Amino acid sequence: MQTALEFQPLRLPEPVQHLRAEVRDFLQSEIAAGTFDPDAPFTDWAVHKAFAKKVAARGWIGMTWPRSYGGQERSFLDRYVVNEEMLIANAPNEVYFTADRQSGPTLIKFASERIKSEVLPKIIAGEACFCIGMSEPNSGSDLFAAKCRASQTDGGWKINGSKIWTTNAHRSDYMIGLFRTSAPTAENRRHGLTSFLVDMKAPGITCNRIDQMSGINDFNEVVFDDVLLPDDQVIGEVDGAWKQATTELAYERSGPERFLETFIALRQLVKVAGPSPDPQLKRAIGRLVADVHALRRMSVSVAGMLEAGREPVAEAAIVKDLGTIWEQELPQRVREATAFLPRDAEAYADFETALHFTMRFAPKLTIQGGTTEILRGVIARGLGLR
Amino acid sequence: METDTIVLASAERLFADVADIQSILAAKDDSWKPRLWGGIEETGLNIAGVPEALGGVGLGLADCLAILKVAGASAVAVPLAETMMAGWMLGAAGLELPAGQVAFGPSAFGDRIKLGDDGLLSGRIERLSFARECGCVALLAEGASGLQVALVDLALADIQAHENLAYEPADTVVFSTVRSMAHAVAPVGFALQTTLLIGAAARAMQTAGALEKLLAVTAEYVTQRRAFERPITKFQAVQHSLAQLAGEVAVSLSAAASAAEALESLTAQGRGFADPELCLEIMSAKIRTAGAAQKGAAIAHQLHGAIGVTREHILHRLTLRVLAWRDDYGNESQWSEYLGDIVCSGGEEALWPLLAIR
Ligand SMILES: Cc1cc2nc3c(=O)[nH]c(=O)nc-3n(C[C@H](O)[C@H](O)[C@H](O)COP(=O)(O)OP(=O)(O)OC[C@H]3O[C@@H](n4cnc5c(N)ncnc54)[C@H](O)[C@@H]3O)c2cc1C
Repeated sequence: MQTALEFQPLRLPEPVQHLRAEVRDFLQSEIAAGTFDPDAPFTDWAVHKAFAKKVAARGWIGMTWPRSYGGQERSFLDRYVVNEEMLIANAPNEVYFTADRQSGPTLIKFASERIKSEVLPKIIAGEACFCIGMSEPNSGSDLFAAKCRASQTDGGWKINGSKIWTTNAHRSDYMIGLFRTSAPTAENRRHGLTSFLVDMKAPGITCNRIDQMSGINDFNEVVFDDVLLPDDQVIGEVDGAWKQATTELAYERSGPERFLETFIALRQLVKVAGPSPDPQLKRAIGRLVADVHALRRMSVSVAGMLEAGREPVAEAAIVKDLGTIWEQELPQRVREATAFLPRDAEAYADFETALHFTMRFAPKLTIQGGTTEILRGVIARGLGLR
Repeated sequence: METDTIVLASAERLFADVADIQSILAAKDDSWKPRLWGGIEETGLNIAGVPEALGGVGLGLADCLAILKVAGASAVAVPLAETMMAGWMLGAAGLELPAGQVAFGPSAFGDRIKLGDDGLLSGRIERLSFARECGCVALLAEGASGLQVALVDLALADIQAHENLAYEPADTVVFSTVRSMAHAVAPVGFALQTTLLIGAAARAMQTAGALEKLLAVTAEYVTQRRAFERPITKFQAVQHSLAQLAGEVAVSLSAAASAAEALESLTAQGRGFADPELCLEIMSAKIRTAGAAQKGAAIAHQLHGAIGVTREHILHRLTLRVLAWRDDYGNESQWSEYLGDIVCSGGEEALWPLLAIR
């Protein structure tokens, strides 16, 4: 039985907080210049694209990556605060977010030299948007049921089939996709899947947009029709993708995006509450602030463990489980807290926009990137129960 | 070894030897209590936070709290936390901690203690943990010219016995113009809520320790217990409940440790007890561990089935204590209001900078 969980109370070092101040200054001047609106639910893709280049010019994309590929080998905590400030400001960071968080690190670990030297600098320059092609109509939580095929041809591979729910596929330059290259074996049902780097501009790829209830229309069905990929775009081991997943997941699961997605609802709540609301409203606000602070301290602590080279798999899954449940509940609790507020307050329009928007997209928070149920299975395994 | 690790190791040994939860449950009488307290004084845990110059071990608050985590895991039912905090506060004011068990107050927002220029003290503490078992109490009192730290003989008080949820003494204590044994001006930076904040940090840490133990006990039980011809861990519902318990434990451990670190480092920098960063850390830890206590205790009981509600089982020693501690040194509703007040008066622009400061 392994029930020991550890969270050192990490305090972000001075230089990291200096970087935070720099990022804040940058964001403030961008907001002042009208580049983006921190209260707007949607921002044009063109704005995202231009913004990525500005962030790149600051050196804030791929900042932890090896110098040999254009990175700066900065600490993971540096990346953490940059990410945090971008989220809080609602900055248009979608072009590089996925690549910076997970696709880049995957390439660094498993891709061929040619791919690394060609693609990583593009990510760092804010010029390569990535999407993740894992889910299929009949393979979601159970990734190992994937059927979309890659079959070997002369000097490469040919892809046929479809992926679904692929965020940003229609405007991505690359996909890291999971394809079936062999049948599973009797001993190992995870066998037979291989990761590939796919150039999204390659002939034979069609993206069909799928609209969401929130108005966020960023995911797609991606259909592959005899799409050809060269051999050196295999990422890692043929048939052995299942061995490659683990460490990145801790990064992916424990970041600030796992509890700050709906933070705008809390900020707007404090705004409409004013400086001295009634005790009940104060209590609701205090409780929410206590919760988010506790989540953040846990997330920062995991960041420290990752920086120290450890693999806090259960701890990271706990951050995502508690964090996504909380951020999903947040707009509901904000709604309840404000039930008796007069609706004519001037700030109320922005408040209502934030509340409605966050409530409309909140259901996705405990589904994307692994559902609550799957995460709890991971935690239980970490505790030695499975 | 550093002093703090030596003290921590001897605390662990002591609690395992003399405060084993199962043995205490099986005990016919309270004779384990003096034995445990004797061990505590022998190892110097009571004087852990007393400065060396005043004959103590001189540990910082974070190290004292680390000991309380271990005490929490053993559901230690003597006023160790209270005596330790009393020793720290008296020491900070240059006063000596007497031998024996010492209570620590005020312990709630409504409590008020006044100290006149004549050295006479009056006031009321609604629920003072272990009061009737303690010789004296360390108090933070309002004097004519500011806050005072006072040590008062509990024999001079009118004590009405009450029990908390965990069947422990939580007595009403009334002082009507009694003379203090000693008093001194409170250190710079002390505020009216100082004892509540220190007490809250302590209760948060005790709760985290107890919840961690609760997780270990529960994980052990579900791997042993069988139903429908298999260990109940095979049921996904059981796995997921345990995962949720682990989540509550994790957030408690993290919050309590973070608050302890803040308490020590920020007070060392001379940041007073009204400092918003310090308030956020401690209030958040108290509020969140109280929530975790409620959810964690419920899950642990559910996973134990009937055996867990019996008197003989150790579960209630842990669950009732974590639930009772929610009410000590400010409950979660009161601290939420206090924290909400800090946040609202700062306004929306100050919210994120406050959170991101650490
Ligand atoms: C907004 C959004 C963006 C997304 N973006 C991407 C993307 O870019 N790329 C990509 O590949 N995918 C993406 N996804 C897909 C996402 O990864 C899947 O939705 C997720 O893995 C769940 O799969 P599913 O939807 O097929 O649900 P299912 O797997 O069918 O699950 C349905 C329900 O059954 C439960 N369930 C399933 N298996 C178990 C089990 N073993 N034990 C207990 N309960 C179980 C689930 O928890 C869930 O509650 C996105 C999803 C959303 C909502």
